[in-house]
Amino acid sequence: MKTKSVIYYALISSIFLFSLVSIWKILVTLQGVEIKNFNFAIIITLGIAISLLNLLIGEKLNYYIKSTFFAFIFTFVDGYIVQIMPIWYNIGIFAILIFFSFKINKYNQKYLASEHSSQLVVFDFLTLFGIVLFSFVILFPFYMMLITSFKTQAALLINPLDFSINFNQDFKELFKSYFVIFDTYKFGRYILISTFVSVGTVIVTLLFAIPAAYAVARLNFFGKNFLSTSILIIYMFPAIVLVIPLYTVFSQLGLRNSVGGLLIVYTATTLPVAIYMLQGYFRSIPKELEEAAIMDKLNWFGIIIKIILPLSIPAISSVALYVFMIAWNEFLFSLMFLDNPNSFTLSRAIQYLSGDAETPRQYLMAGSVVVTIPVLLIFVYFEKYLVSGLTAGSVKG
Amino acid sequence: MSDTLSKIEKRTAYILILPAVFLVFSIILFPIFANVWISFKEVGLKDIRIPEPRAKKIVKSIKDNPDQLKVIYKLRNSSLILEIRDVKFQDKLPKNIKPINLDERCRVKSNKIYCEFGNWEAKYKENFQILLKSSDGKELNKKELKTIKPKLTGKSDNILLNTNFTLKNFKKVFFQNEFFELLSTTFYYTFFGTIGSIVFGILTAQLVNQKFFGRTFMRSVLLFPYVGPVVALAYTWELLLDPYSGTLNNLLMNFQVIQEPLNLLGQKYLTVNFFGFDLKLRLALTTVIIFEIWRYFPLAFLFILARLQAVPKELYEAAEVDGAGPLQKFINITLPQITAVISILFMIRFIWNFNKFEDIFLLTGGASGTRTLPINVYEQGFTISDIGMGSAVSIVIVALLLVFMFVYFKLIGKRADEN
Repeated sequence: MKTKSVIYYALISSIFLFSLVSIWKILVTLQGVEIKNFNFAIIITLGIAISLLNLLIGEKLNYYIKSTFFAFIFTFVDGYIVQIMPIWYNIGIFAILIFFSFKINKYNQKYLASEHSSQLVVFDFLTLFGIVLFSFVILFPFYMMLITSFKTQAALLINPLDFSINFNQDFKELFKSYFVIFDTYKFGRYILISTFVSVGTVIVTLLFAIPAAYAVARLNFFGKNFLSTSILIIYMFPAIVLVIPLYTVFSQLGLRNSVGGLLIVYTATTLPVAIYMLQGYFRSIPKELEEAAIMDKLNWFGIIIKIILPLSIPAISSVALYVFMIAWNEFLFSLMFLDNPNSFTLSRAIQYLSGDAETPRQYLMAGSVVVTIPVLLIFVYFEKYLVSGLTAGSVKG
Repeated sequence: MSDTLSKIEKRTAYILILPAVFLVFSIILFPIFANVWISFKEVGLKDIRIPEPRAKKIVKSIKDNPDQLKVIYKLRNSSLILEIRDVKFQDKLPKNIKPINLDERCRVKSNKIYCEFGNWEAKYKENFQILLKSSDGKELNKKELKTIKPKLTGKSDNILLNTNFTLKNFKKVFFQNEFFELLSTTFYYTFFGTIGSIVFGILTAQLVNQKFFGRTFMRSVLLFPYVGPVVALAYTWELLLDPYSGTLNNLLMNFQVIQEPLNLLGQKYLTVNFFGFDLKLRLALTTVIIFEIWRYFPLAFLFILARLQAVPKELYEAAEVDGAGPLQKFINITLPQITAVISILFMIRFIWNFNKFEDIFLLTGGASGTRTLPINVYEQGFTISDIGMGSAVSIVIVALLLVFMFVYFKLIGKRADEN
């Protein structure tokens, strides 16, 4: 057993324990329970003591007895420090300790004597630490968005730290913000417009992109190389440099405030990446299939419909999902082109809501939940397709 | 034979690509060139409305005279600045109606009134009247008259199409617009945002590349910030960071980390005492950069993870046999494998962060020291309503962008040569 390894092990495991306990304390604070201190020194000391004890006991005691023993000690001492707490707080602490002793169980004197053990310990705990921390930092805003939409303005101002939801209240009271945004602010209409624009963009983009991608992938024509390289360059031009000329031209043509105008712009901005992704996939389809089709006197239309399309369902799905996501989330053009509340998309409607300082924040968050949930659901459900779309499209974002 | 085949092939190809090329050209390439044109003009937001002759039709009945009606057209020039030339007017009458003592500018031809009003200067207004009489003695139908809308046409100058050019906008961009402050803020934002997202991308990719319970779930969660709509996320952060009722400040104060609430999005500088030196930190800008990193590290993560999963396992096994520890494995195997991806990622993210508009716009609107070039485009064009200036700033962005792209494609070309 190396002293260095033991010190590393004791320190980093106790820091990990401290971060777990602190996150639990934050979450408990957000339920309206008053905790004023993380008790850094005490918890670190306890953590070090437990991890050293774990080394000393090793396998002399049954694993279950050992971890229950650790959990009881810690819960007792912690409960004594923070004083009167709801029982579920202590249960949570107990569970964390069980998990912690499960994690440190594999480190025994023999393990810490092995080569690189100090590094291995640090890496192991950093991984655990990273998983916990990143999940917390990423999910917290989403959690806050959801909770805030169920609260009332008064409750939020009295205690901004109280995230608890009273589930005993009336269903209508609980979902009040949602009823309000749908009744007063016409969010139903905005959902329809957003859906129409996004689905429309997907369809039109595919209609334009599939033939073009096929031509770039398969046919020989003058300017082909130039075209395929310029696709990416064009894709890298940001929306912000297009906004002023498009705004002026669209104003003069009367295309502003029209969903059709928005659809054209979205299609044009997503076309390059759609063509780029599809042509890459079309190239991977064996040429022999098409040669056979030419023998059968199929024209290019027939080839695309009967051979290329059925074979490229995965690629087309990922393009479709990616384009849908871009169009659904798009904000800049909808801000520029729409100023009549009758033709707002969801994103624009939420921005419009926030423009009024009087709008209670729970309405804003309810709107945010409404616009976020469809994309997240689609993402989770079709993750495989979307990830390949994201990777290909990630030159932009 | 093969000649005609290749001809057919070419023609098919052009038919297939033409719609897409046309659309992209008109919506993306044309505006970029139009920017150059507009940036040399003095154009305000109000100038881009083409002046229109307008008429509001009011129908009135006349007392004691039921078979007559008075129609008043409130004529006006919609523009406050430009004149309209050769205004022509046209309105239809129901069949049984004839006008009496018609204005001399007008004439009637088969149930239609045609008028020529000549030139209207800016702000022109006139109440134009016509008396109508029933030709067959029947009572006149007011409603029917009202539903017919008059048509007006006229010629006017489009300020965008004339050939008066000026260098004023560019002078203003470089000398009156705190240009170097803008540029440095933009670079600061871009550089740290890019570095941050790549560092977190490497960390998380390394994390997910290991085996643990809930790994696929973790991978989805890591992509949430990028997939979610920017509007929703930015407003959530704004509430989270609010100095008085925001969760973060209240939490920090509750656990006695800070004594006074921090206005993370509204304060330009934060003075930090660091070993006796007073350091001035750009607070709002830093917060915006953190949001930027939070939202875009998933992309770096995806790229790097894909690369990591392609690293042959044998390399690590061989290193293990040679007695390498985890740190050595990371430095000697993982890092060299991902440097190529990182350099490409750096360029791509750099270009994109440089153009980022929505995130800053929604969080701070460009206030408290977060004004970057893209924000300035919007401000000039739509807050100050100076379209010409906005275009000039866009041109600066495009010029810088072309430089970055040149470097980027050089780099990619070099990589391609090496492989």
